[in-house]
Amino acid sequence: MSATIGTGAAAKEAVVGMKHGAGGRAMRRLIEETLTAGFLDVPVDGIGLAAMDDGAALRVGNRWLVITTDSHVVHPIFFPGGDIGRLAVAGTVNDLAMMGATEPLGLTCAVIMEEGFRRSDLERVQASMRLACQQAGTTIVTGDTKVMGRGELDGIVINTTGVALTDAVIPDAGLKPGDRLILTGTIGDHGIALMARRHGLTFETELLSDVAPINGLIRAALAAAPGNVTAMKDPTRGGVASALHEMAEKSGVGIVIEEPLVPVSPLVRSAAEMLGLDPFHIANEGKALLGVRPDAVDAVLAALVAHPLGAAAAIVGTCTADHAGRVVLDTGLGRRLMAEPEGEPLPRIC
Amino acid sequence: MLDTALTGIARELKFRDPAKARALAQALEKVSREVGREPVSVMHVCGSHEQSIAKFGLRAVLPRTLNVIMGPGCPVCVTDVPEVDEAVVLAQDGIRIATYGDMLKVPGTAQSLADAQAAGARIDVVYSAAEAVELARDATAEVVFFASGFETTAVATAAVVLADPPPNFSVLSAHKYIPPVMEIVAEMPATKVEGFLAAGHAATITGWRIFERFVERHRIPVVVAGFEPLDILAGLVKLVELVRDGTPRVVNMFPRCVTPEGNRNAQEQLWKVFRTVGGQWRGIAHVPNGNLRLRDEFAHVDARKKFRIDVRRLWNHAPSTLTQLCICGDIMAGIASPTQCSLFGKECLPDNPVGACMVSSEGTCRIWHQYGGHPDL
Repeated sequence: MSATIGTGAAAKEAVVGMKHGAGGRAMRRLIEETLTAGFLDVPVDGIGLAAMDDGAALRVGNRWLVITTDSHVVHPIFFPGGDIGRLAVAGTVNDLAMMGATEPLGLTCAVIMEEGFRRSDLERVQASMRLACQQAGTTIVTGDTKVMGRGELDGIVINTTGVALTDAVIPDAGLKPGDRLILTGTIGDHGIALMARRHGLTFETELLSDVAPINGLIRAALAAAPGNVTAMKDPTRGGVASALHEMAEKSGVGIVIEEPLVPVSPLVRSAAEMLGLDPFHIANEGKALLGVRPDAVDAVLAALVAHPLGAAAAIVGTCTADHAGRVVLDTGLGRRLMAEPEGEPLPRIC
Repeated sequence: MLDTALTGIARELKFRDPAKARALAQALEKVSREVGREPVSVMHVCGSHEQSIAKFGLRAVLPRTLNVIMGPGCPVCVTDVPEVDEAVVLAQDGIRIATYGDMLKVPGTAQSLADAQAAGARIDVVYSAAEAVELARDATAEVVFFASGFETTAVATAAVVLADPPPNFSVLSAHKYIPPVMEIVAEMPATKVEGFLAAGHAATITGWRIFERFVERHRIPVVVAGFEPLDILAGLVKLVELVRDGTPRVVNMFPRCVTPEGNRNAQEQLWKVFRTVGGQWRGIAHVPNGNLRLRDEFAHVDARKKFRIDVRRLWNHAPSTLTQLCICGDIMAGIASPTQCSLFGKECLPDNPVGACMVSSEGTCRIWHQYGGHPDL
């Protein structure tokens, strides 16, 4: 293990900074250097900690049990288009779906609250979790509740764990040269909606978070071309840029993204420009990136577009054998490397 | 305000049309070839130009025979060590410092302001000079605004100095003035700059005529250009045409904002408050008339007059070995590119910069680190 976290000077004591939770390179390094080191790996042909995937996959007979867990902190807890409860359900359901497991057997839910947290807010969060579970076709099967003293925690933290069975696991490292990349909808909506709320920016049309369970959408895409979706990732913290870099690095392919083809709502585009943010760096909570074999891409796209949550889906890029591990952005005006977010553009958005 | 901003953005998007960009890139290729020798080297002196070139991937479509050099166009990057030291000493002495976010990580002799802050000093990041004044109004203790930037930002500092700030407010000026450094760079033997792309926003203040004397003296053309991709490409086409024809003059390619005489009112305010003095620009050279300092009439607002700032106590720290390897100066003079620096992307990263060019979002190294510089894509 390295003596320092990230790139801090050796003389300074290593401490965890906000960037280590931002979903980018600093976070991946911290996890690899400390949290995952030294654990036994899972049995052959499963997916464990070392893969740093969206979840784990353990062989059970001739199927796989997929498990994923996610802790949710967000500020504010109620935001345009959703709240922490919806986020907690969608986040875990979507992580299962990204492994190819679109039919969750059930979720666990652990809630830690700060002394003084309003009961009415808790009820609102619970109602929202119920609705999201209904939409995802699952339910909460067990839980845990803790209260901490005032100031020891900011409001509420919710952890959910999900389990599901699947016949075929889809890792995030399966891209091959020639594969096409599909985005299931517009990018940046969740992060920009929160940012606008925090900065008190108001627009004629309200910016809404895209937070939603998308297991139904993914199920439709997988059914349209079985065996032809090679990799999936949901671009949450760190946005599409982080997700693409991770997929390119793990798969050992290059990725070229055609910026003019990437769906971004005009409102998000304008708001991001004003706030000096890159939509590729902004979190999404109801979108996925799919790698698809070239001859199946039309069928998968058609299935996505036919689903209400995939109406704006688009083919946005291609995997190449050149510049493996790197992501190239074709801006329509020229080409450059896609920048990976440095640190935390938006603190605590999911 | 927001609707106006959105209309503004919609208008700017017109300057990002890919078809027009391709046509301009072809024109640039043609005119560069017509010069008849290679490479043709031109320089821009503005971090915002580099940001735009990098963000839109324009380097990938620039002709191989055209060398677009990034000059000393990042005010944060050229802020010299002694200037940072002055702010650090004040901060260490318990005086509250207000400054732009980019200035926090700029290395001084022993510490950056961020280091001083970690050691307990009070540093506030502000987005405008006016915000620094507000901080002072809300406080009783002294607030020093560590002011950086070229003439555009200096005008904003001048405006708050003239607007009768509270007695506990003062300015530590690290403002720089661009026209003199163009003279220095034009005369550097290793640089061989054949034309300058001047920054559109600075020219909205100074007007484009200000470059006429420079052109006469150095026989090098100057084109004033805006910051949208089409602005930059059109500016480069015009600049290389002037090089090809051997007809050095000033051409304003940003007429939607820049006039011959500029903003007289802003200039009056600027020169009422500031005078030019010679000074070191980090990594570049001593630049005669390159620094903007407060005039004596404003001694009561001048932190250098108001406080005894003795930076000598920082001098028993030898500069680190890494600092000595940093080639920011050569990079800003256009002699070297970031990839030629042994520290780039290794010891020197945005999180933990060695040189000032990796600090600012307008710094060449930072931009290359983020966008890949001039990759073969």
